[in-house]
Amino acid sequence: MSRPIATTRSMAGIPTARLAVWWIIASEIAIFGGVLGSYLMHRLAHGIWADYAANTNEWLGLTNTFILLTSSLAAVLAHQAAERGDGKRAANLLYATCAGGLAFLCVKAYEWNYEISHGMTITSNTFWSFYYTAAGIHALHVIAGCILMLFVAQTAKRNEELHRVEIIGVYWHFVDVVWIFLFPLLYIAK
Amino acid sequence: MAESIPVGHGADHADHGDHGHHEMSFTEKYVFPLDHKMIAMQYMFTGMFMAIIGGFFAYVFRMQLAFPGIEVPGFGVVTPAAYNSLVTNHGTIMIFWVAMPVLIAAFGNYLIPLMIGADDMVFPKINRLSYQVFLVSAFVILGAFFVEGGAFGGAWTAYPPLSTKAEYNLSGLGSTMWITAVFLEFVAFLLGGINFITTAMNSRAPGMKMWDIPMVVWMIVIASILFMLSVGPLLAGGIMMIFDQNLGTAFFDPDRGGDPILWQHLFWFFGHPEVYVVLLPAVGIVADVITTFSRKKLFGYKTVLYTAIGTGVLSFTVWAHHQFIAGIDPRMANVFTVTTLLISVPIAEMLFVYIATLYGGSITLTTPMLWALAFIFEFLIGGVTGIFLGASGNDIFMHDTYFVLAHFHYTFYPIAIIGTFAGFTYWFPKMFGKMMNEGLGKLHFWLTILTFNGIFLPLFVLGAAGQHRRIYDFQNYPELAQPWMQDIRQFATICLCVMLGAQLIFFYNVIKSWMSGPASGKNPWRANTLEWTAASPPPHGNWPEGLPNVYRGPYEYSHPDREEDYWPQNEPA
Ligand code: HEM
Ligand SMILES: [Cu+2]
Repeated sequence: MSRPIATTRSMAGIPTARLAVWWIIASEIAIFGGVLGSYLMHRLAHGIWADYAANTNEWLGLTNTFILLTSSLAAVLAHQAAERGDGKRAANLLYATCAGGLAFLCVKAYEWNYEISHGMTITSNTFWSFYYTAAGIHALHVIAGCILMLFVAQTAKRNEELHRVEIIGVYWHFVDVVWIFLFPLLYIAK
Repeated sequence: MAESIPVGHGADHADHGDHGHHEMSFTEKYVFPLDHKMIAMQYMFTGMFMAIIGGFFAYVFRMQLAFPGIEVPGFGVVTPAAYNSLVTNHGTIMIFWVAMPVLIAAFGNYLIPLMIGADDMVFPKINRLSYQVFLVSAFVILGAFFVEGGAFGGAWTAYPPLSTKAEYNLSGLGSTMWITAVFLEFVAFLLGGINFITTAMNSRAPGMKMWDIPMVVWMIVIASILFMLSVGPLLAGGIMMIFDQNLGTAFFDPDRGGDPILWQHLFWFFGHPEVYVVLLPAVGIVADVITTFSRKKLFGYKTVLYTAIGTGVLSFTVWAHHQFIAGIDPRMANVFTVTTLLISVPIAEMLFVYIATLYGGSITLTTPMLWALAFIFEFLIGGVTGIFLGASGNDIFMHDTYFVLAHFHYTFYPIAIIGTFAGFTYWFPKMFGKMMNEGLGKLHFWLTILTFNGIFLPLFVLGAAGQHRRIYDFQNYPELAQPWMQDIRQFATICLCVMLGAQLIFFYNVIKSWMSGPASGKNPWRANTLEWTAASPPPHGNWPEGLPNVYRGPYEYSHPDREEDYWPQNEPA
């Protein structure tokens, strides 16, 4: 089935897909804003949460920050390759980005495993409830991003739909930025 | 009128080759369609089906209130638990499964591409996905009636701890299904909203500038943006609630370090903008109907637009007027009183623009016009009573009484029912290619409007007399069991029964007109907007002969230099 003409128009001067991803990000900001806003209100009201937060492992958090930032760099390079029309290279860089996402999830899994086995579970207290909920929603976004990225890489490899490389990259940066907020709030502020 | 043919026009027809000429199977066309009109119809009829269910619930619980303890015909004796879940799901269904799908999704999907001169939405597959998620959500909310413990009965606002503790709300799985269904419904509308916004921004016909966009399109787009920016926190809250219900977290449990008021903030931070999310599309529909049937230019196109945007911005600042007695700081209450009073200014402005549009017009009282006029009149009552409630001192008494209930039915009913009927009867000729029967339409109109006022005007009186909401049997409260009060309750219930019966006229009229009504032709109302230049009903691709160009605004009626009293947007100067 061919694309509707509607999809090919660009009255606002911005490609439709880019417009759409920004709107998706706007609604995602509201979601994370809700979680983090609620968390902050509680955090400010309960000084004792600092003690709970002291149990998080900031070195692992830092490692994950580093991993995500590196993967974002790969996403940028993928976009550049796509701009040059080099679909093969763009696809490979997207796979690298995905690998970053996977590494992030592995570290996360290790961390949670450790914490849960040491009695810090989602029901321990409200701090831990927020900790797992906020990071869990973020992790779901990482997973979703990886899956979408694999699809995009699949077509990019055949030099098709190269504009999608940019779109998925923008989304990935967003996932990254959310982590940049989560990291200090959950790990560093003690 | 200056015309501009923007760049990219040449590219327009490049893709046109096989679009619309490809033979589709039955499933492709009706079950999993990509065509925006068919998806609109899916939303429309699912919404109407849910409205019948929501209406039936209202009938059952109103019968219980008027004649406590009787065996309600068609249902049986209403237990307290059944009463609670019927009331809860009546509210939830009417807002999220009727008002939203019909006003935003059905009209949005049908009208946006047709009114901006495009052949479809920009992302047909996301559009289809949106409906599918919505359909699943409808199954989940209705499915809760068939699980053990029954459907959720903790009120549509789902305040914890009532909503989070099964020992209070008596429906374990049912309450999780309720919040899950609401969550899915929100996801469906986020998906749909992306399409509405990007399509309207990017896919307008060559020549259609910002101020040439028909009001209803603007309004649906603004509503989608409002929805997108307000629903996120509640999505997060929904996850927290599911965890509180099932994992044993304590986000909303004060005994264990949580805060029940947090939910109220998350709910109303969305809940108040949401009322404008449903209001704006109805306001847009009314703008298009009244200009067509008074043959006048909309008085203050930009005024309506700016007031809509102003309302949208302000709507994020008023939410705590629902929480005046929830223990918020009285100084905060003052702030929210002021913002609530402020927001009535742009709303009033909008209504004044409509009245000014009518003034001096050559008005024809067709059925859609009657509905549109009724909207203005009835919504006015809803809006004005909102100001009473916004005054925090007054609201300490009024809160959670039938006065509040009457207030929001005087807003939601004009929006979801009256506005929808205005739009449906106005665009019916386009959707089905047939004219509706005017006599039946007017009969249905008058019966619906009179009974609507018969139901809810008396409830203001009961509310002012202190009758609380969400009570199963008023006979248990001596001060509320007085005979005059019971008389009023019975009167309201009888009006409701007549109103529900009157809807049969509507359904008969729809089916009869669809089958054997007179053909409508392309433009029966002699209106200006682009949808009226397509065939009725428009084929796949909308204008197979080539998409229209636009040369002027949508409301050029009775232009002094023209013989015709209308001037289609696509007619070269
Ligand atoms: C757009 C149309 C409107 C709709 C659909 C609407 C809807 C509602 C709903 C559903 C409630 C009750 C919520 C509940 O407790 O279950 C409500 C309450 C309220 N509305 Fe409106 N409303 C509208 C316009 C207004 C306006 C214009 C104002 C004020 C200027 C207003 C002020 C209030 C206040 C203060 C309450 C809280 C009353 C209380 O619970 O004590 N509303 N409205
Ligand atoms: Cu409100």
